[in-house]
Amino acid sequence: MRHGRYPLIVSFLLPPLVLYGVFVLSPYLQAFQISTTNWLGYSAQADPVGMANFRTLLHDGYVWNALTNNAVLLLVVPVLTIALGLFFATMLTMGGRKGQAGVTGVRGTAVYRLVYFFPQVLSVVIIALLWKEIYNPRSGLLNGALHALGLPTPAWLGDPRFAFWCVLAVMVWSNVGFYVVLFGAAMQAIPRDIYEAVMLDGASRAVMLRKITIPLLWDTIQVAWIYLAIAALDGFILVQLMTNGGPNFSSDVIGNRMYDTAFGSETKFGYASAIGVVMFFLTLSVAVLALRAARRDRIEYS
Amino acid sequence: MTSVDSGTRPAPAALAEPTTGRPPRRELGVANVFSHSFLLLWAAMTVLPLAWMVLSSLKSNGEILADPWGLPEALHLDNWARAWTKAHIGRYFLNSAVVVAGSLTLTMLLGAAAAYVFARYDFRGRQVVYYLFVGGMMFPVFLALVPLFFVVRNAGLFGTWTGLILVYTAYSLPFTVFFLTAFFRTLPTAIAEAALIDGCGHFRLFFRVMLPMARPGLISVGIFNLLSHWNQFLLPQVLMQGDESKWMLAQGLNALAVNQGYAGDYAQLFAGLTIAVLPVLVVYVAFQRQIQAGLTAGQLK
Repeated sequence: MRHGRYPLIVSFLLPPLVLYGVFVLSPYLQAFQISTTNWLGYSAQADPVGMANFRTLLHDGYVWNALTNNAVLLLVVPVLTIALGLFFATMLTMGGRKGQAGVTGVRGTAVYRLVYFFPQVLSVVIIALLWKEIYNPRSGLLNGALHALGLPTPAWLGDPRFAFWCVLAVMVWSNVGFYVVLFGAAMQAIPRDIYEAVMLDGASRAVMLRKITIPLLWDTIQVAWIYLAIAALDGFILVQLMTNGGPNFSSDVIGNRMYDTAFGSETKFGYASAIGVVMFFLTLSVAVLALRAARRDRIEYS
Repeated sequence: MTSVDSGTRPAPAALAEPTTGRPPRRELGVANVFSHSFLLLWAAMTVLPLAWMVLSSLKSNGEILADPWGLPEALHLDNWARAWTKAHIGRYFLNSAVVVAGSLTLTMLLGAAAAYVFARYDFRGRQVVYYLFVGGMMFPVFLALVPLFFVVRNAGLFGTWTGLILVYTAYSLPFTVFFLTAFFRTLPTAIAEAALIDGCGHFRLFFRVMLPMARPGLISVGIFNLLSHWNQFLLPQVLMQGDESKWMLAQGLNALAVNQGYAGDYAQLFAGLTIAVLPVLVVYVAFQRQIQAGLTAGQLK
C-alpha cells in the first residue's frame, strides 16, 4: 500500500511550492527588506537606512492625502454596496405577492440576476475606460442627459470636487450585482417557514429584513464586508485609469501613490516598498478588525 | 415566463400556490410598484452604459461628439475594422487567449495535484506547509509588485509570455489549492481504497479516479481563475512593458484609450471595448448559472 506514496507526494507538491516560493513568498519577504533601504531602482546600490523611509512616510502629505481617500472608500463603499445588495436581493428572493401563502421573488428574478451580475465578469480596465467616457464632459452619456434636461454639466472627472466620488460610484456600481447574487444564494438557504410564520404574526417587510434576514445572513455579510474593505484599500486600477489620482491629487489612493513612486517619474523602490509594507499591515488589520467586530455565534439550520 | 425562475423556487411556495383555490393576487401593491421601479432603475443603470458603448461603436466620431444619446445614421462597421487591425485588438485578443490557456492549464494541474496531496496524504509538516501556502491568498498582488518585477527580470522572464503564465499561476495557486483541498476532502474515501486494493498505483488513482470525481469543484475554481486571468491588468502592465506585439488585451485597450486622448478617435475606442466585451457576454449568458455559482462559491469559502 505504501509503495509509490512518497514519489507522488514529492512530485505533486514540489512544482507548486517552488513556483509559489519564487514568485509569491520571496517577493513579499523582499518587500520588507527593500523597505528599509534607499534603493533608487535600476542601480544596484541600496544602502540600509533603517526606519528612515517610514519616518518620511509619516510626514508625507501626499501619502496622507491618499490614505484619507482610502479611509473614505473604506467607510462608504462597503456600507453602500452591502445595503444595495441586501435591498435588491430581498426584493428578488421575497419581494413578490405579500399576503399570499408563499414567500417568493418578484417577476423576472432570473433576468434581474443575469443583468445585475454582469459587471462582475468584466475586466476592471473595461469598466474604468467605459465610465471614463460616460463621465466625459463633452461627449459623455451623463452630460448628454443633463444637457438635454437643461441642467448644469460639470466636468466630473476633471473637477476636484467630484472626481473622487465619481470613481467611488463606479466602484459601487461594479460590485453591487455580485453581492445581490451572493446574498440571494444565502437567502435561499433560509427556511421559508420562518418567514411565513412571522408574516402570519403580521411582521412588515422591514421588520423581517432587520430581525430575520440580516441576523441569519450575518456570516455572509461579514465575508462581504472583508472583501469590500480589501477592495476599498486597493481601488488602484480604477483610479489610475480614470483619473490617475487627479485632478490635483483629489482622487489619489495609496495604491496609486505606491505605483507612481516605484514605476512613475522617479523609481524610488525603497520608499515604494515602505508604502507597500504599510498597505500590507493596513490590509491585515482591516481584515482582522472586520472579523472581530462582526463576530457572532454561527447559526445552523437543522 | 412565470413569476420566479424555476430552479431556485422554494418548495413550500410552489406547493402552496395551486392549493389556495382563489386566483393569485398579482403584484399590484404600492410596495411592489415601488420596489419594482428600483429594480428596474438598477437594471437600466447596468444595461445603459453597455448599450451606449455598443451603439457608440457604430457611430462616427462626429456623431458621438454632436449627440451622445443619438442613434447612428449609418452603421460604421469600419470602427470595428480599425480597432481590430490598426489598434491590433485582434492580435492582443489572441495573445491573451494563448497566455490564459497556458496559465489556466498550469494552475489547474498544479493546484489539483497539491490540493490532492494536502487533502489525502499525511506527512510531517503538512499543516505548516498548507497554511504557508494558502496564506498567500490573503494579500493583494500589489504588495509584492516591486520585488516581483526584479524576481521576474532576474529570471530572464521579463516581457515574456512564459513569465506571465508562471506569475499568474503562482498567484492563483493559494486560492485554487484552498478551494480544491476542501473539495477533495468531501469525496468518499471508499472508492480510493478499493482502487488501491485492486492494485491501482497512486498516480493512476489520481488521474483516473480522483480527478474525474472532482469535476464539479474543478469547474467552479476553473471559471474563477479563467476570469481573473483574462481580466488581469496589473501584472502585464508591470511585467510586459516594452514589446507591444506581445501585449495582453487589457493593455491594448488601455493604449487605445490613451491614444483616443491624443487623436480623438472615440469610435475606435468604443469598438475596441465592444470587441472585448462581446465574447465575455456570450460566454456569460451561456454559462451564467455555473459562473455565478463558481464566483460566489469562491468568495464564500
